[in-house]
Amino acid sequence: MPITINGVDHELDVDPRTSLLDFLRRDAGLTGTKKGCDHGQCGACTVLLNGQRINSCLTLAVMHDGDSVTTIEGLGTPDAPHPLQAAFVRHDGYQCGYCTPGQICSAKAMLDEIAAGWTSYVSDDVAGTPKLSEDEIRERMSGNVCRCGAYSNIVAAISEVAEAQA
Amino acid sequence: MTRLYTMDKPDDRNRLDAMAQGIIGRPLDRPDGSAKTSGVAPYAAEYKIADCAEGVLVLATISRGEVIEIESDPVLAMPGVLAVIADPRMITRSAQGGAGKSPVREIHKVDYFGQPVALVVAETFEQARDAATRLRIAYRADDPAKVPLDSEDSHAAHEPFGDPVQQGNLDAAMRDAAHAVDVTYTTEGHASAAMEPHASIAEWDGNTLTAHSSLQMLKYNQKELADALGIKPEQVRLISPYVGGGFGSKLGISAELTAAAVAAIELGRPVRVVMSRQQVFQTVMRRSETRQRIRLAADAEGKLNGFGHEAWVSNLPGEKFAEPVTQASEFLYRGEHRTLRIDLARIHRMTAGSVRAPGEAVGMQCLEAAMDELALTSGIDPVELRLRNIPEQHPSEGLPYSSRRFAESLKVGAERFGWDGSDRRPLQRREGEWWIGTGMATACRVHNLNEAQAKVTLAADGTAVVESDMTDIGTGTYTVLGQIAGEMLGLPPEKVLVQLGDTRFPPGAGSGGSWGAASTGSAVFAACEAIREQLAQQLGVDEADLTLKDGEAITGNRRIPFTELLKADLTETGHFKNGGIDEKFAIAMYGAFFVEVGVNAYTGETRVRRMTGAFGLGRALNEKTATSQCLGGMVWGIGSALTEELVFDPRDGHLVNHDLAEYHVPVNADVPALDVVLVDERDPAGSPLQAKGVGELGICGAAGAIANAIHHACGVRVRSFPITPDKLLEQLPEV
Amino acid sequence: MKPFDYQRAHGLGDAGQLLVADGAKPIAGGTNLLDLMKLEVETPTALVDVNRLPLGGITEHGEGLHIGALVSNSACAADPRVRADYPVLARAILAGATFQLRNKATTGGNLCQRTRCYYFYDLSQSCNKREPGTGCAAIGGFNRIHAILGASDACIATYPGDMAVALSALDATVEIVDAKGDKRMVPVRDFHRLPGDTPERDNILEPGDVITGVVLPAPAGGTQLYRKVRDRASYAFALVSVAAVIHVEEGKIAKARLAFGGLAHKPWHDARVEALLEGEAPSDALFDQAAALLLDEARGQGSNDFKIPLTRRTLKAVLREATGGTL
Repeated sequence: MPITINGVDHELDVDPRTSLLDFLRRDAGLTGTKKGCDHGQCGACTVLLNGQRINSCLTLAVMHDGDSVTTIEGLGTPDAPHPLQAAFVRHDGYQCGYCTPGQICSAKAMLDEIAAGWTSYVSDDVAGTPKLSEDEIRERMSGNVCRCGAYSNIVAAISEVAEAQA
Repeated sequence: MTRLYTMDKPDDRNRLDAMAQGIIGRPLDRPDGSAKTSGVAPYAAEYKIADCAEGVLVLATISRGEVIEIESDPVLAMPGVLAVIADPRMITRSAQGGAGKSPVREIHKVDYFGQPVALVVAETFEQARDAATRLRIAYRADDPAKVPLDSEDSHAAHEPFGDPVQQGNLDAAMRDAAHAVDVTYTTEGHASAAMEPHASIAEWDGNTLTAHSSLQMLKYNQKELADALGIKPEQVRLISPYVGGGFGSKLGISAELTAAAVAAIELGRPVRVVMSRQQVFQTVMRRSETRQRIRLAADAEGKLNGFGHEAWVSNLPGEKFAEPVTQASEFLYRGEHRTLRIDLARIHRMTAGSVRAPGEAVGMQCLEAAMDELALTSGIDPVELRLRNIPEQHPSEGLPYSSRRFAESLKVGAERFGWDGSDRRPLQRREGEWWIGTGMATACRVHNLNEAQAKVTLAADGTAVVESDMTDIGTGTYTVLGQIAGEMLGLPPEKVLVQLGDTRFPPGAGSGGSWGAASTGSAVFAACEAIREQLAQQLGVDEADLTLKDGEAITGNRRIPFTELLKADLTETGHFKNGGIDEKFAIAMYGAFFVEVGVNAYTGETRVRRMTGAFGLGRALNEKTATSQCLGGMVWGIGSALTEELVFDPRDGHLVNHDLAEYHVPVNADVPALDVVLVDERDPAGSPLQAKGVGELGICGAAGAIANAIHHACGVRVRSFPITPDKLLEQLPEV
Repeated sequence: MKPFDYQRAHGLGDAGQLLVADGAKPIAGGTNLLDLMKLEVETPTALVDVNRLPLGGITEHGEGLHIGALVSNSACAADPRVRADYPVLARAILAGATFQLRNKATTGGNLCQRTRCYYFYDLSQSCNKREPGTGCAAIGGFNRIHAILGASDACIATYPGDMAVALSALDATVEIVDAKGDKRMVPVRDFHRLPGDTPERDNILEPGDVITGVVLPAPAGGTQLYRKVRDRASYAFALVSVAAVIHVEEGKIAKARLAFGGLAHKPWHDARVEALLEGEAPSDALFDQAAALLLDEARGQGSNDFKIPLTRRTLKAVLREATGGTL
């Protein structure tokens, strides 16, 4: 079975050693997903696997036949941006731009996780319903390192989209 | 035509404020924003190039010695492996910023643990990575016990660096002082850790080497690569329109570029080499660790009579760089008896070079912590202490200062933060398990200018194009150059296209030393002035009487669209040079940090709860991107204060924490809501734009403010950065 | 990464057979294994993908819960029963790594997470865990994150995870099926090993073994806390962590279950400390005694000496909080 990336099927006829990240960047030609560390330590490679965010560097492409992957290119385009993409531009939620696709994919999934009622380490009541706060966003976005230090603007961009959705 | 602008005196014309378009300084979104947020902006490794082979570097596993043998054969027998290359054209250290020539290239000689010694090339990345991991190399290693691996090492050779300042008699001033502080602080090495690892794709057509590479200063990088390869600079084309962060680590070329180039030449096909994150840590530049002795001698009112800042730093033998720790100390505070010096130890660790705000980043944080100690000793509010020590003129050179928003920043920042300096006793405020405290520090960074050229074309269709080999490493160059051209030429920003990062364009300043926008922007400015003069000439009016707005030339009661006025494109190249303005004025950016922290009474964990930075950095060319630069600097300050340190194993000199799991850059949860105030300023001596440097000021002193807040919270003064829980734990009150 | 045969297990028996082979390793989430394979710290010749085995799902199990080995860390921490009845487990999982990693990491895989010892990760350094007999470069080196309890002359590495620390406090059981298809139940507290002179073995798994799940006993109730001390606010391994389940009844500690992360080659559990606390009225003097007992054989290696006072202080904070004292 092929893997579906942004709605398009791709055959997985690759060296088994190929990470999903390298498959996306090389074989599928989708370089919007970035390689920052290749070891799950930065989050630049974040994509949505069957709707959940993962580090695409730490999984093998061959393990994902039949799976559906959404990358930054699948979220929106310069002409038709996702609300998060537009909000990151408005709030200057990036500088060099290299961690940005991962941040935005992560933020997309994060909002879905909160909607699904997932709590985080900073939630007061782990059994309760999480409230969207800046502290929650910070904790939940901590898997995406931004060395330029755009965190304040990233939180502002996500907060704006979350409020618009609420 | 080329229009030369030599900055040899202040430019008091303040032309930008007199223009009509009204876009300069405005918080416009970045034109490159949608490409970055949608993932279509191409970074160095991402160009689709046919038949591209993949190279992986191999790093040395000894600290000093020689490569005796590279056992290539078993690796060459592996599937897909094309070559094992150890070529004298390959560099083994990163080039220093602005070198313009090849760094050391002795591929068989090892000077530090982690030095590149070979490149393995294969058809695929997976093949090359495995082969590179398995490549066996035989070394003749020097006895590590005899290799100086640490500045404190008895084998390390020490040398004075630069021009020390020795003025008056500091010892006597210390003896006579009403309040004196004599303290030694240390900082550990830092890594730039830009998110995009160093990456290059090289192609050789028999005459020209074309490389897509992640670089900050192409005009120097072109010469560095040409020098390494033994070809002419004109035979090198570098393409870097998007750079995933630099922070100094891409000022000069690094080993992956020459390795890719040599492999492309040898194999006759394109070769891509991307450093692994671990390799970036091990082989690209570090910021030196520092030891800093600070002596402050003050009178009863807290006015400094004596000022001493002596620093010990390190670098590899042969490197002409020493972390300029005392750079801002030369002129920041008063004190006629002055001793400033830097002592350089030659040790075998990877090259020490520029990492964001070389000098002030670590110099200011220690100085400002020492100033806090003086404030405590003298019982003077830390803000007031600084206000009392603003000199009238450069304390050693007698130069006047150019525009300086030092006092304003202190006051504006204090007001915004709600600073109360009346009770600096520690252990006064407790919230649950947290000791709460506040602290402040001065920000200061010297202003640098660099030669730059930019070509501006005002096209007959009423649009403009700006071209320079200048880079945008996240700083907002695309945005601000477009705003300068739009303001000067009367065009809305969407009518101005900025093209950067290609050596086919005129040589810009490069991104480094916070000089990029002011210098390259001034080249754009000069080109635009020349275009305005041509337009004025066509209209038969004085250029000063010409108003350009929204694509129209307005003079008297005439309004003429450019599309009617222009029969052909007008092209001018602006050429900006520093004509020695910095020898006539002490020019710098100033600011102040205010921080509130919580220190966990049980565990010694520190959390920054809020932080305000007020900065006077000349004209902000774009309020939004300038603010972002300041935010980024403050985040670096948090890292420098609390988490970041390169750890070397003293036994063999290897970098222990060479990845992002163990070298802790701040994550989102480490950073509270940060507040940045840009204090309005125009500095005619800064540039014809009245702008100064922006990218580095936000880090310069920030960690000192955090250290001071920690002391205020819990009473522990840690004089070794970063202030990790273990260091606080030793002195925290028993629970 | 060395080449390997990629094999997909279609059933448990299948998996066991494939995993008996020399050099075979199971892969589930892969978040740690691939990290290590890229560095060639791990060099399996066959990689057995167990992701399609029917080991997902959280089901009632007696009075407790059975967590399938392939349940992701995220799914476990998000499960309403886990959150309500085993908050220490949910908190511990949420303290570890990031949402991205927890979405991929599995219950079984996380138990098998290997140490973060810098020297283990670095092929240029000697390491008895990676290459038995080569020595331990962490001893005498930089060992800030290393063990203060239960270490040996061969290895001072720590188990880096959070989930297993909570499982240890909860006295959970690991369900394992061997290559013959026989099931055995191993208490989490016995699953991980101390290094001794065979540090290459992190746990008691034998070739062909497949972890099929974790069984949680009946809900423990009480006050459940997980406190993790680390160098940055998130996305960092524990310097020290404490999982606690404490019941206070009529002014006395009726039941105390404690486990510690960051201290040893395994989640550290010391029944003596629990026994000391139980039946006593909570007091600072009691907590100090408990900490002293816990750490009576603790030994620093130099850069990790601070873990001894840090553990003492962190335990005190946890016990004060759990018994309703003021912090």
